Amino acid sequence: MLLIKCPWCGARAETEFSYGGEADIKRPEAPDKLSDKEWADYLFMRKNPRGTHRELWNHSQGCRRWFGAERNTVTYQIADIFTLSEDSG
Amino acid sequence: MRYSALSLVKNAFTHNRNWGEAWRTPDPKKHYDALIVGGGGHGLATAYYLAKEHGMRNIAVLEKNWIGGGNTGRNTTIVRSNYLWTEASLLYEKSMQLWERLSQELNYNVMFSQRGVYNLGHTLQDMRDIERRVHANRLNGIDAKVVTAEEIKESIPHINTSPDARYPILGASLQPRAGVARHDAVAWGFARAADNLGVDIIEQCEVTAINCEGGHVTAVETSRGTIHAEKIGVVVAGNASVLSSMVDLRLPIESHPLQAYVSEPLRPIIDTVIMSNAVHGYISQSDKGELVIGAGIDAYTGYGQRGSFSIIEHTMQAIIELFPIFSRVRMLRLWGGIVDVSPDACPIISKTPIDGLYFNCGWGTGGFKATPGSGWVFAHTIAKDQPHSLNKPFNLQRFETGALIDEHGAAAVAH
Ligand SMILES: Cc1cc2nc3c(=O)[nH]c(=O)nc-3n(C[C@H](O)[C@H](O)[C@H](O)COP(=O)(O)OP(=O)(O)OC[C@H]3O[C@@H](n4cnc5c(N)ncnc54)[C@H](O)[C@@H]3O)c2cc1C
Ligand SMILES: [Zn+2]
Repeated sequence: MLLIKCPWCGARAETEFSYGGEADIKRPEAPDKLSDKEWADYLFMRKNPRGTHRELWNHSQGCRRWFGAERNTVTYQIADIFTLSEDSG
Repeated sequence: MRYSALSLVKNAFTHNRNWGEAWRTPDPKKHYDALIVGGGGHGLATAYYLAKEHGMRNIAVLEKNWIGGGNTGRNTTIVRSNYLWTEASLLYEKSMQLWERLSQELNYNVMFSQRGVYNLGHTLQDMRDIERRVHANRLNGIDAKVVTAEEIKESIPHINTSPDARYPILGASLQPRAGVARHDAVAWGFARAADNLGVDIIEQCEVTAINCEGGHVTAVETSRGTIHAEKIGVVVAGNASVLSSMVDLRLPIESHPLQAYVSEPLRPIIDTVIMSNAVHGYISQSDKGELVIGAGIDAYTGYGQRGSFSIIEHTMQAIIELFPIFSRVRMLRLWGGIVDVSPDACPIISKTPIDGLYFNCGWGTGGFKATPGSGWVFAHTIAKDQPHSLNKPFNLQRFETGALIDEHGAAAVAH
């Protein structure tokens, strides 16, 4: 069970959160100019690293706000929690 | 040595001391015609069919730990072929047909037991989906039928079919030819049979880099030195992205922990396999009497072979909902594997942009059933440098063309 520290509510059990997947994936700025390959990359391709992962979480059973976490995907330790700025995806 | 009734008797007389090893433990050679990375069931089956069907004998399987120690030895062994879409059902059915002859073919008892699999429906929409899937299966020549709640109760007396249940059981699909097999025996059987044909099975050999020259693979770096090969097939389940990142290949895969549980042994009480997507759990009983239980993946990605406590609670809720009689059964063991989940819940068995490099991954929560079939088509793909018609739709390009094979309905929770 992960203990996740919501930037607004503090440390809460994992069951209060929803996982949002890889962070820093930006919505294409000019969608109609994208090739099929670029679309595939945006929609489906993921880094899926063994080790440090920057990812999104939503405090869905709490304040319902999104934030980011840097988590180790082997030890499951969360090294950093960050809030999202306008341009961080 | 061929296993037979006679060999059993002979070895009994010498107190089973002279059986000999089932496969050799060779040191890696400098060069092979083909390398298979990953000594799970799929990798071992690939090597076996490469040797058997395509006459490639100068090949090796490289496994970083011990063979069958990954998902092969951690799964709940459900084997079925009742997938919705034609592409998927033909692939899984090919595998089913190989299962039906596998013990004879390998001269190794994989304890394949066709005890049937029920997929329960709890809502009207579940039942519509089940009917659709059953009809689709029958059009593809796969055995399948829709059964009513009364028929379920008759075959599985302890299941709670009360209409007052929180999630009442309305019916199910039943595939009578589906069932379970002994997972370790599948790895060992394929290993022994491949070894017999000259395949080197090299354990404790981790691949750390893949070398390419002019767009063609040339070798792998391993914890036991450089090994050269013209063809390299990668089939490492949850670690697919780790291997693909070695050659900057992007995959649509996310690795998640998936858990399973076994109970203390009970007298025979369930003689089939029961799965429910709605309450999110499934159960069968092993020959030793343990209830074998599983459910869904942890929501987050992870490479640690363990899962969250909340999933345990959730799974047990589902099982007690179906079988209130198990409320006081104690669980003995639990464990996790790492499953490679793809966007359409279907595998990728494909050539890659790099010549001579092939990937087989994305089986997610349901690849055990495909072990022989996956090996069979992957061997074909590697030997001929082109896919078999059965795995052609399961290429990497489908994420660009949009020709996805959306099996979430049939495969999302179900294994
Ligand atoms: C809990 C659980 C329950 C499941 N239940 C079912 C079920 O009921 N029915 C079903 O059909 N499927 C089920 N599955 C899925 C099924 O187990 C997998 O899809 C299937 O086993 C994958 O087969 P494999 O042989 O490729 O994988 P694995 O057995 O995981 O083999 C991959 C191998 O690659 C090795 N490897 C990784 N990296 C390297 C490297 N760098 N160098 C060398 N070797 C490497 C690993 O050590 C591993 O042995 C379940 C999975 C889990 C975890
Ligand atoms: Zn919060």
